Amino acid sequence: MSDVVSGVANVPARRALSQPGAAAVARLTGPWLALAVAFAILPAIVTSGSALTMLSLMGIMIVFALSYNMLLGETGLLSFGHAVYYGLGGFLAVHAMNTIIHDALPVPLPMIPLVGGFSGLLFGIIFGSVSTRRAGTAFAMISLGLGELVASSSLILRGFFGGEEGVSTNRTKLLHVFGLNFGPQIQVYYLIAGWCLLSMVAMYALRRTPFGRMCNAVRENAERAQFVGYNPRTLRFIAFSIAGLFAGIAGGLAAINFELVNASEVGAGQSGLVLLAAYIGGIGSFIGPVIGAILVTWLEVMLSDVTDVWQLYFGLLFIGMVMFAPNGIAGLLIMHAPLWQARAYRSMLRLALAYLVALGPALVLLAGLILLIEMTYHLSVKATEGTTISVFHVALDAASAKPWAVAAVLIAGGFWLFRMTWPVVGAAWHDAFAQAHGAGRAK
Amino acid sequence: MTAPAVELIDVHKNFGATPIIRGVSLAVPPGERHAIIGPNGAGKSTLFNLVSGRLTPSAGTVQLNGEDVTGLPPHLINRRGLSRSFQVTNIFPRLSVWENIRCAVLWSLGHKYAFWRGIEGLPDVRARTEAILEAIDLIDRRRVQAGVLAYAEQRALEIGITIAGGAGIILLDEPSAGMSVAEAARAVALIRKVSEGRTLIMIEHDMGVVFDLADRISVLVYGQIIASDVPARIKQDSAVQTAYLGTAA
Repeated sequence: MSDVVSGVANVPARRALSQPGAAAVARLTGPWLALAVAFAILPAIVTSGSALTMLSLMGIMIVFALSYNMLLGETGLLSFGHAVYYGLGGFLAVHAMNTIIHDALPVPLPMIPLVGGFSGLLFGIIFGSVSTRRAGTAFAMISLGLGELVASSSLILRGFFGGEEGVSTNRTKLLHVFGLNFGPQIQVYYLIAGWCLLSMVAMYALRRTPFGRMCNAVRENAERAQFVGYNPRTLRFIAFSIAGLFAGIAGGLAAINFELVNASEVGAGQSGLVLLAAYIGGIGSFIGPVIGAILVTWLEVMLSDVTDVWQLYFGLLFIGMVMFAPNGIAGLLIMHAPLWQARAYRSMLRLALAYLVALGPALVLLAGLILLIEMTYHLSVKATEGTTISVFHVALDAASAKPWAVAAVLIAGGFWLFRMTWPVVGAAWHDAFAQAHGAGRAK
Repeated sequence: MTAPAVELIDVHKNFGATPIIRGVSLAVPPGERHAIIGPNGAGKSTLFNLVSGRLTPSAGTVQLNGEDVTGLPPHLINRRGLSRSFQVTNIFPRLSVWENIRCAVLWSLGHKYAFWRGIEGLPDVRARTEAILEAIDLIDRRRVQAGVLAYAEQRALEIGITIAGGAGIILLDEPSAGMSVAEAARAVALIRKVSEGRTLIMIEHDMGVVFDLADRISVLVYGQIIASDVPARIKQDSAVQTAYLGTAA
């Protein structure tokens, strides 16, 4: 079949279209080396008491959120049950650790995430063979059903899931290598950081393979993918299985970090959390779920210290993101990329000032909302503890009219001022892009 | 004699109780450019869907190069060397033009579901993608998101995706529909170029395009082929004139 097209294909490429060279290699490996260095020195920079614990949690969540994004962001599969693979990975890891301790097997702790990963992969293959036959709503419903199935079986199979209290272990009792016993959190942090980096590199590389690109094609238009020779089911199935693998690694890391796994790890709450993290960060890019994982972990730890209703704020943040920034935080950042590329620094400065102008009223509005939520919560749930509450370190009597009036004024005034200042942002944005565009054409 | 590239044997298709294709038999020899014409609702697109695996025939047989492919799913039919375009543009809208074509060359170059190999380091993929983009004249638009291309460019991309896998049998569903005269002329030149050495079956309403390109023409009316012949004789066929050409002209 010597046709025009394959005839042309034999001619050597006349133009170098993204020809990989030394510069490209440096561009590929540079960010990863930087990230490795960052992971290595972070504990020296952030030294507050709970920082190591928080960083460890972030590392776990990054792996989990990226594995989730292989489904939602890359392949277009909305799963409501991804914690199944995270949790089962965690349970099998914890059981493996206890078996290793009991039989004194020569397996060091850093290998344990592999147990989690293979468990996640195995269950991904089993459940994926059923659920990935369909995409869209059917897939979402099946994932929800499978999640409920596993969560409810945790109440029945008490031997495996450990009932209410879960299954505990002792990470220091495994084989010690290089004199590491993984008692101190710093050692666990580096174990998590190492696996996190490895998983990130692997998942990033997966996107840039024939398989990864065809996952995007199936997300965009599954039918067309079928007419260029691909079976969308097979692509979804492989993506689902590999996502299970990395979720299982995250679960194994969690088992090591907490030395305890309980049934809530496979439940809907955990599945919802990872969806939130990936979506808030932005499912359209690789960096999005990483940002989301860091933010959600930070909020979870910090907010739950400050307020009892932190989940409400979480939900409001999610709704806000869905409504006003559907491409997530990463999407908001990427919106500014053209300015950066055009080196329109003056416009960027002006835009930043405009953001600051609008930020003030937004914070006032937010303060009013927080006041309203906290007082409502206190009066309705904690009325027995008296009506005096502390918001922003200010003691208020929620039973008197004054704080309610203040809240109303803050909300109304903040909203009004925000509406007044928002056009400033719009104008700055418009000018900045007009200039960036002009600069781009002038070059 | 070699087997026909595409052969339909008494193919029927009903939607519920409604017969849409009512016993179509058609043999297209390898290398022929074959046009299917007929009034709206005659079942032309349905016929394409039956051949390409989008729909399963209610009765009858579809053969490619002498092999029975009746009822196979689209990806298996595609792997046997049949590729098609769509009447309503069917591309990967949020992927770049480059990605659109690259996705369409991967299977035929044997890369399949490879998740262990970087896509940027595949010289055959890059070369073929580039060649296709040159052929459809979209090489300078390769970084653009496919969804924001102009309509005629999207139609060219649609043809590019269709031919990218190097299929021996190409089905084009109204490739020049909705185009200006100049755009349609370019489309005809493109189709002529890319269909060289292949079997082409196309549905087309523009009679200029049809008589310009086709070696043979089949006229489909109400789910049946009423005539199948060289363009000169189709023009003179009285049944065709009353059923179709007469009303159209």
